[in-house]
Amino acid sequence: MSAGTPLIETRRLEKHYQMGAETVRALRGVDLTIYPNEYVAIMGPSGSGKSTFMNLIGCLDTPTSGDYILNGNHVAGMDDDQLARVRNREIGFVFQTFNLLPRSTALENVELPLVYGGVGAKERRERAAAALRSVELGDRLDHRPNELSGGQRQRVAIARALVTRPSIILADEPTGNLDSRTSEEIMTLFERLHAEGQTVIMVTHEPDIARHAHRVVTLRDGVISSDETQDGIRRETLAEAAPAPAGV
Amino acid sequence: MRTFEAARMALEAIRAHKLRGFFTVLGTVFGVTFLIAVITLIEGMNQYVEKEFKGAIYGVNTVTLRRRPSITTDGDEGQWREWRRRPRLTFEDADWLEGRMQTPGVLALSAMNTGKALGPRGREAENVWITGATASYFQVREMALEQGRAFSRNEANLGLPVVVIGQDLAAALFQGRNPIGQEIRLRNFPYRVIGVIEKQGKLFGMSLDNVAIAPIRSDLNGFVNNGRKNTVDEITFKVARDDQVALAKAELESWMRIRHRLRPGENNDFELETAEESLGFWDKLRTILLVALPMLVSVSLVVGAIVIMNIMLVSVSERTREIGIRKSMGARRADILLQFLFESSTLSGLGALLGIGVGILLAKAVQASTPLPASVAGWSIALAILLGLGVGVVSGVYPAWRASRLDPIVALRSE
Repeated sequence: MSAGTPLIETRRLEKHYQMGAETVRALRGVDLTIYPNEYVAIMGPSGSGKSTFMNLIGCLDTPTSGDYILNGNHVAGMDDDQLARVRNREIGFVFQTFNLLPRSTALENVELPLVYGGVGAKERRERAAAALRSVELGDRLDHRPNELSGGQRQRVAIARALVTRPSIILADEPTGNLDSRTSEEIMTLFERLHAEGQTVIMVTHEPDIARHAHRVVTLRDGVISSDETQDGIRRETLAEAAPAPAGV
Repeated sequence: MRTFEAARMALEAIRAHKLRGFFTVLGTVFGVTFLIAVITLIEGMNQYVEKEFKGAIYGVNTVTLRRRPSITTDGDEGQWREWRRRPRLTFEDADWLEGRMQTPGVLALSAMNTGKALGPRGREAENVWITGATASYFQVREMALEQGRAFSRNEANLGLPVVVIGQDLAAALFQGRNPIGQEIRLRNFPYRVIGVIEKQGKLFGMSLDNVAIAPIRSDLNGFVNNGRKNTVDEITFKVARDDQVALAKAELESWMRIRHRLRPGENNDFELETAEESLGFWDKLRTILLVALPMLVSVSLVVGAIVIMNIMLVSVSERTREIGIRKSMGARRADILLQFLFESSTLSGLGALLGIGVGILLAKAVQASTPLPASVAGWSIALAILLGLGVGVVSGVYPAWRASRLDPIVALRSE
């Protein structure tokens, strides 16, 4: 699992914000390596830099200093449009509040990333419909978000994240707005995706949800305070044992 | 592909807020309505003047020799005194000119006054345009006969009491009965009707068919010439082609200067008018209108643009989260920019279309209720559409730019 080229590699990642006269150091040197098909939960209390870290991983923002290499792309120095392209190709977002376009149907919502990826209309429709079928919403293609339940909405969002066949699914508190039974459903879906070979990174503050992941990275005060696999072995140990990544 | 998508999304957004969209583009609608209506009326007037007015007042391809200008917009007291001192034009002048003109053409004399005409059984018509003319007058004015015939050169020279009347006069005096061969009285002189001219229509609401045309050398002579026998108001020279008009005018001028023994440097004591020149005032008016119009229209459009810009800014802030979602899905700045530019220009373009429709209706309404004609110019429609789209683009640039610059993190967090 840990063998091969890392999918995500951050080196001494720092992010500072200017709050008036004060500089807030949200991230203070984060080193993290994630390999393909890992299922990682990122935890931490509010103010730990968890959200900032997720924004950087998701290429919504660039670091103040340090390096971030995503699937061979040096993201740190990219401009807005380059970041947009990387987001489109490499990342599938799943948000706590679903973030579907309210006036568009499930199918149109799922097509959206393909639109910006320049995929032709026919192929777009086929792929979007296939993605919706894979989350068992094949019979809800023409429903608008307000005609769907919370769980269904999140599954539309997951289909939207999957449809571009991204390197990573980046989920931010994906069950935060769902009841516990629906949460379980969604978590089962994530596990299935992982089992099918998808790399999943999930930001959460709920230990119950984090438990589903195979690796839990905890941030505290802008640094990684712990990084554990399910069996309790510290990740760094494994990473050090693995062959050095080539060509990066 | 992505451009098409931006257009589709823009249309969707407009469809979702139809009423708001309508109010947003009212400025454009008004501006374009005004533009179309005014241009349509100006063009209509222009065609009217070209086709009707010139022919009715002057005749086509003619030079008219007069003692003083027929249309005077200025002229102070001194000018009027000078006009009054000028010698009158006489039959002899006309004969003298006719014998000398080298430019091929036809010469006609005419003088006009308004008066009363009496028909059978005491029927009468007031304010009849009574014209004394030579036989060539019908040819010069391109007047065709509906019934009967025009008077001949011989009849005209002998001053026989025959008359050709207009349709309104025929209707007033004979009420549907055949007027040919009947006697009418003009200024109490008996005249025999020999012809009825074709319908001439109206000019500025005035009938051109309430007329009687008789030989100028007949009994009416003194009346149409205001008491002076053997004088005429107008000597009209008609040429075959419009490129001969200037030549005919120059020739008439030199003959008249010889006739009146004017020394070099002395001013003309007569006027030579052509339809084109006399309608210069109309061309001037039209130019002023066409220049002033853009200013008036642009005020509406600037106000319209400001409104659109404000509504688009509102729309951008309402849809901040949508923009965040799109950006997180990989929309580039250009994609967002294009989407909002399409929205504003489509809105404004639709407003322009609406304005074109209303403008044409307005012009047609003016046409229906006044004698002013309407003629929709193709170029004005093209201009209106371009202006509409232009207003949309200009007013959309800033909001679209703001939208495209939104930070996706901040945008996603917005409610």
